[in-house]
Amino acid sequence: MTAACPACVALPEPARGGRVAADLVLHLPDIHCAACIAGVEETLNALPGVREARVNLTLKRALVASGGIDADVMIDALARAGHRAQRFDPALLGGQDSSDRDLLLRMGVSGFAMMNVMLLSVAVWSGAAATTAHLFHLIAAMIAVPAVAYSGRPFFASALGALSARRLNMDVPISLAIVLALGVSVAGAFLGHDRAGWFDAALALTFFLLIGRYLDHRGRSSARSAAAELAALEAPQALRVEEGGDVVVRAADLLPGEIIRVRPGDRLPVDGIILEGATDLDRSALTGESQPEAASAGDTVAAGEVTLTGPLLIRTIRAGADTSLRRLADLVAAAETQKSRYAGLADRAAKIYAPVVHILGAAAFVLWMYLTAGDGWRSLDVAISVLVITCPCALGLAVPAVSTVTTSRLFRKGLLVKSSTALERLAEVDMVVFDKTGTLTTGRMRLETELGDADLALAAGLAMGSAHPVSRAICDAAAARGIAPLELSDIREIPGKGVCANQGGREIRLGRADWIGATGATALQRADESHVTITLGEDLRSDAEDTVARLRAAGLPVVLLSGDAPEPVARLAETLGIDDAHARMSPEEKARWIEKATARGARPLMVGDGLNDTGSLALAHASIAPSSALDAARNAADLVLLSDKLGPVADAIAAARQAKTRMKENIGLAVLYNLVSIPIAFAGLATPFIAAIAMSTSSVTVSLNAARGRE
Amino acid sequence: MNVLVFLIPVSVGLGLLGLGAFVWTIARGQYDDPEGARQRPLDGRYDDAPKR
Repeated sequence: MTAACPACVALPEPARGGRVAADLVLHLPDIHCAACIAGVEETLNALPGVREARVNLTLKRALVASGGIDADVMIDALARAGHRAQRFDPALLGGQDSSDRDLLLRMGVSGFAMMNVMLLSVAVWSGAAATTAHLFHLIAAMIAVPAVAYSGRPFFASALGALSARRLNMDVPISLAIVLALGVSVAGAFLGHDRAGWFDAALALTFFLLIGRYLDHRGRSSARSAAAELAALEAPQALRVEEGGDVVVRAADLLPGEIIRVRPGDRLPVDGIILEGATDLDRSALTGESQPEAASAGDTVAAGEVTLTGPLLIRTIRAGADTSLRRLADLVAAAETQKSRYAGLADRAAKIYAPVVHILGAAAFVLWMYLTAGDGWRSLDVAISVLVITCPCALGLAVPAVSTVTTSRLFRKGLLVKSSTALERLAEVDMVVFDKTGTLTTGRMRLETELGDADLALAAGLAMGSAHPVSRAICDAAAARGIAPLELSDIREIPGKGVCANQGGREIRLGRADWIGATGATALQRADESHVTITLGEDLRSDAEDTVARLRAAGLPVVLLSGDAPEPVARLAETLGIDDAHARMSPEEKARWIEKATARGARPLMVGDGLNDTGSLALAHASIAPSSALDAARNAADLVLLSDKLGPVADAIAAARQAKTRMKENIGLAVLYNLVSIPIAFAGLATPFIAAIAMSTSSVTVSLNAARGRE
Repeated sequence: MNVLVFLIPVSVGLGLLGLGAFVWTIARGQYDDPEGARQRPLDGRYDDAPKR
């Protein structure tokens, strides 16, 4: 609905009776069943000192009362038991579900009050005598007035907020209907009018609308907390070099001029200059380039790059929010505002609906004043019945119910929906744009040369201690063929060149071809000084081919935009059957390509993981990032893939299209119900009884339609 | 008529009782982990004796 967030004041967190407060949160991405819960809880509770550990399967978290035990000890223990675990930064979490609970409580209050008042109303409807009816009305008023005052507050607050900003949102007619219905009924009860009261209608209205609001809010907050979780997972840290030794600090707290130490395999937390050391830098996150680049003292480096082979001392130039991310920040910010202007189906429906409701209510009042020659109470009654009946119980549920169902279905398939309008935008995409490195490929390398067993054992022996992607690929290949790495002595890694070692008094080498004197990119030099060229390919995601084929079968053209060199891009495009592939695209070019496509009227879905994709992710009509993506890319994306597979991309589009159809069906149902009921209300035939039945049936119909076909 | 004197407070009281129970379940965090609640009955750890 249009209400941004009900300005409800959060209740204080209720104390959990008798439970030990958890002070540590672990993220357990792989747990899914009762055995996992038991395994994790037993492992953690068996650790000496841990007071209590409880798993929350819905959030895939473990809450631990640690008793001073270090998180790393727990993570190691869990790893031995076969569960992957990561630590959350508690500062980035916490206090998220309080307004969720608040809405739930309001829902409960209005629900129970509604049932009680309904019970009293049934007596009146079935013909209670005058005094009894009067008494019942008074009792109903006693229950309904405080209940509505409490549970209707999210609507009243949002309506007041809209009115004071001179806008009209859906909460204005809702509040008007509730307040008018209640006011007239209270007046009637005290004045002893022999007329039907609207207490149950006011409460039912509040109750059903709160359900919709709750679903909507829950969907949003779960997406928000999941995004916060992803951010909390990799709160970047840095090793600051100080006189007394190295200190671990948060990367955001670093200042320009400070010197940090970076170990091989670390992602650089800042922009800076290398003071000491040489290494190979993996720049794929920033440029999409799949080949590492050599760097040594004096070279500038940027945050987001990964040092592979050598330790470095770096002087910070820019840290935190000032890093090279800023280059893309303007692009992203502009695109974000554009995106937030996207009006969802519910918003568009509400925009038409809100004025119509007011006009109809006023028209009914004027008409009946004229017809009854000035009977104000009777006219007000009809006007209220029109307001109550047209009030969008079903409309309020139509969209949130569907998106809740679809979002949770996608979550089970390994997709996190971050934005509330993401599903609707995803349903509209008509082309899919992929990034290469880290998206279609895993970002790791794969050995393509068929090395002999002896060569592979030799190469693996050299590669064993190195974090360079080439070394990792060689070790993986050796492990896959069951070949044990050769034991070598005196292994040294020479950053920017490769690895060398001693075998029987002669030097053997693995590294850049020009260092060894061979052709190609990488080579191995044996002890007899002969050498062999090694070619490496990129490791394609296991279902990339299948996913691209499925997308094409669904009639969506697939495009490849990569920052990498033309040759690997062309090779990959051929493997996957993509005709439209572009290489050597800078981040700005990628963003411009997306803009141009949008200007042509296309609605691209961007799937990418690097900083170089951030701009295009934000500009595209909808966007997906894998969970291995950088922070900034995940923030810019509407959906995040939680598994290593690409298949959910195709699933998500199908699910989003289905969801959009459902939403339209639901809005259609709500409109249909209004077409039938408004004339009845206008004719003055709608009693509170009829209103109650109509409201319930339409709400239930819409919810059932949303949940239809749930597997 | 007289019977209403008892029945109405009883009916309202029952409603309040239900509301109280609902508030209690929220405070105890019983809606925090619906997925876990679905799986925990299959867990055999507390079959012989309940958790302390």
